[in-house]
Formats: sequence, C-alpha cells, structure tokens
Amino acid sequence: MGAIHNEDIKVLKLLLVDDEVGFVNILSKRLTKRGMITVKTNSGAEAIQSLRKNDFDLAVLDLKMENMSGIETLQIFKKIVPEMPVIMLTGHGCEESAKEGLASGADDYLIKPCNLEELIDKIHKVTGNKGY
Amino acid sequence: MKLFKKYRSDQNKVLDKPYYKSLASHMIPTVIIVSFAPMILVSFVILNQFESSYDEKVNAHLKVLVLKHKQNIDTFLKDKTSGIKILSKTYGIKQLSNEVFLHKKLSILQEEYKNVFVDLGVVNQQGHQVAYAGPFKLGEANYSDAKWFKKAINKQVFVSDVFLGLRGLPHFIITVRQVHEGQIWILRATIDFVAFNTLVENIRIGETGFAFILNQKSEFQTKPRLDISAEKEFYKVLLKKKTNNHRDVNISRGSVGEVDTISQGDEYIYVSSFLKNGEWLLIYRQNISDAFSIIHKARRLLLLIFIFGGLGIVTMAFILSKKMVSFIARADMEKEMMNQQVIETSKLASVGKLASGVAHEINNPVAIMVEEAGWIQDLLEEEEFAESYNLNEFTRALKQIKTQGNRCKEITHKLLSFARKTKSNNQEIMINDLIKEILELTLQRTKYSNVQIKTQFSNTLPYIQASSTELQQIFLNLINNAIDATEQTKGIVEISTQHLNDHILIKIADTGLGIPGSNLDRIFDPFFTTKPVGKGTGLGLSICYGIIKKMGGQIDVESQVGVGTSFSVRLRMNNKKLQKNKLKL
Repeated sequence: MGAIHNEDIKVLKLLLVDDEVGFVNILSKRLTKRGMITVKTNSGAEAIQSLRKNDFDLAVLDLKMENMSGIETLQIFKKIVPEMPVIMLTGHGCEESAKEGLASGADDYLIKPCNLEELIDKIHKVTGNKGY
Repeated sequence: MKLFKKYRSDQNKVLDKPYYKSLASHMIPTVIIVSFAPMILVSFVILNQFESSYDEKVNAHLKVLVLKHKQNIDTFLKDKTSGIKILSKTYGIKQLSNEVFLHKKLSILQEEYKNVFVDLGVVNQQGHQVAYAGPFKLGEANYSDAKWFKKAINKQVFVSDVFLGLRGLPHFIITVRQVHEGQIWILRATIDFVAFNTLVENIRIGETGFAFILNQKSEFQTKPRLDISAEKEFYKVLLKKKTNNHRDVNISRGSVGEVDTISQGDEYIYVSSFLKNGEWLLIYRQNISDAFSIIHKARRLLLLIFIFGGLGIVTMAFILSKKMVSFIARADMEKEMMNQQVIETSKLASVGKLASGVAHEINNPVAIMVEEAGWIQDLLEEEEFAESYNLNEFTRALKQIKTQGNRCKEITHKLLSFARKTKSNNQEIMINDLIKEILELTLQRTKYSNVQIKTQFSNTLPYIQASSTELQQIFLNLINNAIDATEQTKGIVEISTQHLNDHILIKIADTGLGIPGSNLDRIFDPFFTTKPVGKGTGLGLSICYGIIKKMGGQIDVESQVGVGTSFSVRLRMNNKKLQKNKLKL
C-alpha cells in the first residue's frame, strides 16, 4: 500500500532494444529500480516478437545493430503500433541516422553513452508523465 | 623575415640524379644535330649557288674585258693603218720622197696621234730607203733582206710583228704599198712600242691580272708585267685554238706547275682572243685565287659564321637542355609532392575512418561501465549499505568511474568529429574553431610534456573557403612541430590569429630550441628532417608549403637558436570575390 497505488503515477512499461546484452541488462536493472517495467530484447526481430505479444508505453531503440538496423526496426514498430513513442540511441557523429529516425516517426534521440537521468527525463517528456 | 623559394636548393640535388643526367646527355646531341643539319645543308647549297654564279660572272666579266681590249687594239692598229693609207694615197710618191715634206707629215701625224708614230720612211722596190723622217739615222738603210720587207712588198697593207730591227729597239711597222710608174713603193711608219705597250699594260685587274700579246711564233709582242717566258710552251696550246670567228674569246684554266717549278701549285685563268686577223693573240692571265678572291672571302666568312654559329648552337644546346631538364625535374618533383600530399590526405582519411570505428566500438563498453557504476550507486543507496564504514570511499570511487567514463566519451566524440571532417571539399571554415579542435587533440601531449599553450584569437575573423582536412594538416603539423621543439625546454607555444586587409595571419610561435641558419633554408624541402630515423618523414613542412601555395597563401619562418621559432601563415580570404571586385574596378 502507499505510493505504488497512487493513481497519479502510472507504471511505465518499456521495451529496450539493443544488441549489446550488457547494456540492455544494466539499463533494465536501473530503470526497474526506478519503478518501470522493462522487457529486454537484443535484436530487432526479438523486439518485434515482444511487441506483438505485449503492449508497451515506450520503446528505447539502439540505431546501430547487426542484422536488422534500428531504422528498419522502427519502421516496423510504427506499422504495428503507430501510437507507441520511441526514443532512439545513437552514436556521436551519427546524427544523420537519428534525423532519419525522427522522420520515420521516432519521438526523440539520445547520443550514447548518455546519462541515465537524461534518458529518464526524455522518457517522461515523451510519455507525458510528470515526475514519479 | 626570410622568404623561401622552395625548389631552388633541392632542384640542384635532383639534377645530379643519373636519370636527369642521362636525359641531358641525350638531349644535347639531338639539339646539336637538329640545329646543325639544316645549317650545313643551307650553307652548302648557298655557297654552291654563289660560287657557280660568281664563277659565271667573273668569266663573263673577263670575257667582256678581253673582247673590249681586243677591239681597242684592233681599232688602234686600224686607225694607224688608215692614217698611213690616207697619207700614201693623198700625196704621191714624189712628194713623199721629199724628206722635208715627210718631216712635216710626221709632225702632223705625231700631233694627231700623240707621238704614236716614231718615224716615216719611203722604201723603193729594191728595199732602199729613199726618204726618212724620224729621230734615227736610217737615211739610206737597205731593207732588202728584212723579213718585213719581203712580206710588205706583196701586200697592200702590212703590219709587222714586233722586232728589234736596225735601231736595236723593239718596235713594229705599218707599211702601205703603192705603184708609181710601174715601180712599187712602200710607205713605212714605225709605231712607238711604248705607246702600244701601254694599251695592253693598262689591262690590270686585282693583284695578279695582266695581259700581253703573242704572235704566231709565241713571241711576246708586248712586255708582260712578269717574266713568264717559261710558260711559252703552254701558250702554244692556246695559239693552236684558232677559230674563224674573231669575236671568240677562249677561257681556259691551267696550272703551269708542270712546266715551271717556280710557280708550282698556282693555278691561273687564261682568257685569250685573237686579234690582227688572227696573227696575234691577246692573253689575259690571272691567278685563280686572285680572280675569285671574293669566293675565298665568302668561304672564309662562311667558315667564321660556321664556327661562331656552331659555338652558339653548342652553347644553346647545353643551356637549353639544362633548362629543359630542370623544368622536367621540377615538374617531376611537383608531381611527387602532389602524390605525397594525396597519400598523406588519404592516410589521414583512413586514420579518421579507423578512429571513428574505434570510437564507436569503445562507446558501448564505456556506456555499460558507466551504467554499471550507476547501478552500484543505486544499490548503495539501499539501507544495508547506508551505514557501511567505507560508504564515502565507495561513493568517491563511483563518482571517479563516472567522471572518467565521461572523459572517454569526450575523447571519442573529438575523434569522431575530427574524422567527420576528413573530406577535402571546400567549405566555410572559422580558423579559430579549427585551431581549437586541433589543440584539443594535442591536449594530451602538451599536458605530459609540460608545454604551455597560449592562444590569442581575433574576434573579427571572417570565415574562409577552404578544405578543412588540408587546414587541419597544416596546423596539426605546425603545432606538433612547435610542441616537439618546446618539449625539452618546457616552454610556451603561442598561437594567434589576426585579421589583416585581405588575408588572415596565423602565427605559431614557440620558445623552443630554434632552427640553425644552415637548416632554415631547407626546412621546406621534402625529406629534410632533423628528427631521428623513423620519427619524422621530412614531409610535414613540405606538404604544408605545398598546400598553402596551392591555396594562394604564404608561409614564412623566423627563428633564432635558443630563443624560438615563429611560423606565419597567411591565408587569403574569399579569393573569388576579391578577384571579381578587382575585375570590376
């Protein structure tokens, strides 16, 4: 009982997509600790499978992945659930692909490596939640 | 301030290379042959033409000369003959036999013919002189045995050969026959040999040209200027060439060496023509080298022209070949420089690519590290650790990991932005920003080597159109060199930018070791380096020079050993716009 049941606060369910397993794991741990529900996936294909089974409030998508690129994955996301917001993670100097992502329907992007606080700020901004 | 003409010193070095030497040694004979061949050909043709035409001219001239004199002599003889004829026809033999009358007539003749007539005489059929007027005492001479008398008695008019006669002096006579009362009488006049001789003596051309007259027996009828009696045998040949046409002039050449050993080797031209109805032969004789002296002069002149022309050609061949070779060498060197530049640029580009790849790869592990550290911090905030003895130390270590992670991030970001600019397209560039970026890259070096970097950037610097890669190369090189020079002395590198009229001045000054004067001349030469083997290629400054020159800029250096070195780079801004404005003006 208490803060968790506060109706003002909605538990966010996030889909994390990055082929770097270590990064997804730690990101998931830290976000979970901050009261978010996360699903970890390590490729575009895996993420799409997860998306078909569950509903998510937001996806954090790495643009640079092997096999299926972030942009391709994003375009499929937008076909399945056009209303789901997407935050992209991109390397420094790859702003071009981030812009391409924004054009394809992504909501925002962050340059890796980034601060967790920055990411959480953007998550809240994109989902319209204020504070937690 | 010293300005550097880059190629001068290394060009001499390059010209010593065997390739260029053999190139020059191949070019010299080619140039010489190509220049000489037409000269020889033209000279030969011209000389040939000139000689043959001059030969003709000389021959024609001599022919005319001899013909003219032959006519003169003939006219002289005719003239005198007709004088005697008139005398004989006008006055009867009786009158003429009167010595007083004869004397009168002689003085009239002498007056009329300028002393050509020496004396007059009347000879009867028996050869006795019946009357005489003249300076000699020949009053009653008997000519019955004289050769001339035997001939004269049978001829209406007779002109004798030159002979000594009774008086013992060379002379010749003109006789006119007359018949009076069945008796044959002869009026005889003596022609002054000297007067006649002058006629022929006057024919003189050049130094060796003179004329003389021979009779049928090859006896001299005039006194030749030189003693040529030894050549008589030769003249007999000429005498045999008698023709019917009296206008004919015969030209022959011959060496009298076979006959006369004195003038051996000399060649003569003989121009001869018969006169006095073919009895006498007028011969003009001249040394060939004298007659054709102009040809010899022309030959000598041509030889002189040949020698000087040849010398000129050879000199030109040497100079031209050397110039050409040095031109080729310079072109080759420029090409080599360009190649080096291309190699350097592409090297830089590939290093950039490699760096960006590495930076991307490093980003992920760094991100994980930072997040893991964050996770530990998250966990530390939980209760069981809150009172831990080393909590502060944990927190500090985590903070340090985070800070260093961020540093890694910054480094990779710099590498990536550097790599992104390796395209050599021209773009708008702010020199201050470019130098700042380069300084960030060299930050690590300067920190460890205790070199202090001072900057003084102008705020009014305009953007310039240039390739950022090339500018990066220039300033990275210059700044690295400045740091290298300052490392040992732990000095200061001062970088300043300045906006001057139509260009930007960038100064990179250090308080380093300085460059000795002997090296100062060569620092822009390719492959010149004072760094240990393997440390420097000796290309850095030469590439800088090449790039700056290509951009229409200028690089100068000032240096003093022990005090420091200062490089000044001047870059012109907006070249095209400036040029347009100038054109409008």
